[in-house]
Amino acid sequence: MNRLVFGKLVTLAFFPIGVAGCIGTTSTEVLVSAAASLSDAFGDLESAFETANPGFDVVVNLGSSSSLREQILEGAPVDVFASANTSNMDQVWAGGETAGEPATFALNLLQIAVPAGNPAGITGLRDFANEELLIGLCAEEVPCGDFGRQALANAGVTAAIDTNEPDVRALLTKIEAGELDAGITYVTDVLSAGGAVAGVVIPDDVNVVAAYPIVTLTSAPNPDGAAAFVAFVLSEPGQAILASYGFTSP
Amino acid sequence: MNDKPRRRSERRPAPVLVTLGGLGLLIFVVPLLGLLARIPWTRLPELLSGEVVTDALRLSLVTSLAATSIAAMLGVPLAWLLARADFPGRAIVRGLVTLPLVLPPVVGGAALLFALGRRGVVGEPLNQATGLVLPFSTLGVVVATTFVAMPFLVITVEGALRNLDQRYEGAAATLGAGRWTVLRRVTLPMIAPSLVAGLVLTWARALGEFGATITFAGNLQGRTQTLPLAVFVALESDRDTAVAVSLVMVVVSLVVLVALRDRWWKAL
Repeated sequence: MNRLVFGKLVTLAFFPIGVAGCIGTTSTEVLVSAAASLSDAFGDLESAFETANPGFDVVVNLGSSSSLREQILEGAPVDVFASANTSNMDQVWAGGETAGEPATFALNLLQIAVPAGNPAGITGLRDFANEELLIGLCAEEVPCGDFGRQALANAGVTAAIDTNEPDVRALLTKIEAGELDAGITYVTDVLSAGGAVAGVVIPDDVNVVAAYPIVTLTSAPNPDGAAAFVAFVLSEPGQAILASYGFTSP
Repeated sequence: MNDKPRRRSERRPAPVLVTLGGLGLLIFVVPLLGLLARIPWTRLPELLSGEVVTDALRLSLVTSLAATSIAAMLGVPLAWLLARADFPGRAIVRGLVTLPLVLPPVVGGAALLFALGRRGVVGEPLNQATGLVLPFSTLGVVVATTFVAMPFLVITVEGALRNLDQRYEGAAATLGAGRWTVLRRVTLPMIAPSLVAGLVLTWARALGEFGATITFAGNLQGRTQTLPLAVFVALESDRDTAVAVSLVMVVVSLVVLVALRDRWWKAL
């Protein structure tokens, strides 16, 4: 057995069982690996796309962009990759896994997320330096953590961090539960949490714009489905769905 | 110990068994080979002496040993009650105790967060009374780890107590030994192999705990980031370190489990 085969076996060992279990059952399946911050919007995109293209069955594999990147680089049979930042996309591109040029399909801004009613009275990024408060960020390795740290640096704040969550949804869950006083997430995440989480605006001069690139992959088991799904995301109806979740068009 | 002479047919198992058993073994061995194939052997010392790794190692040792101690203090009495006391709903209690064995640890972590968090059913009054905040603290890691690992101790010790011939304890009591003496001089020595096996398994499980910890206690270097969390985070940025730490965990666990082999089989 060569190295590549080993790598694939290892990846499959960590690949979500639900997704792995579906592989090979149908040729019309489109496996989309999407950043965690896209979960709600891509659920909607999936059903709209399937209604418009009854022949295809979209399966969305959610995770942090960096772990999705690792799965793809290790040979997971994915059709489409939608990343929350360009650096993970660049690495997939450098690994020769992208079929064609990645296209930016959405923009997102950062916002401070606090539990409903803002019990700690957070007013801005300055409060992140307060040792008394429970502050969470995404881990440095995932896009929301990287962007959040950039925003804090722009504001000149050294944050007293209590936890580095593995992805933005994990961070949001702890804020929703009221266990963290504040965290930095995307505007879209605050919107998706409904009433459980409130947002505190980060001024434009320190905020960071996250650009989401999407691409079909060379190892796609279903290249036609992959191309059709990417085209749909970039189309007007696709963009309208993304806008309804708070994303802006590039 | 009991080496009876065996017939040839017993020594040489059927080919179909060997084939299926071998395939079963591959499921365990192949991922390990994949890990070994990726290990940057020459850089190991440098990778394993980094601050993130040493912090995580120290935290893992402290929290896993603390969890094992708590499991010993609370789990042995619980096992005793399950094995010896007759009370209604014992089957349900045993189910509750073993639940963490089958529950996804992330679910356990979420349940702990909703129960013992600052806003939790128990956590809120606790916080108001004492100011204690368990999530995002090292103590929180200990709680999450104990939740996941203690069942290993309880089921092992309970099994041993059930299989114990109670006439020995009865004899000791008739000869005038008090409850405490019977426990100390008869019961505990007789279940000692199982107790040790249970403690070591509990510790090994505690050392490997991931899901409940990251969900309940979060992830911060030096405070809540144990070895498995460090591996998880490093996988996304620094795979060589992740693989090196994984190797340490595999070696430690394997050594423990192999060393335990004889007692483990007897105890269960």
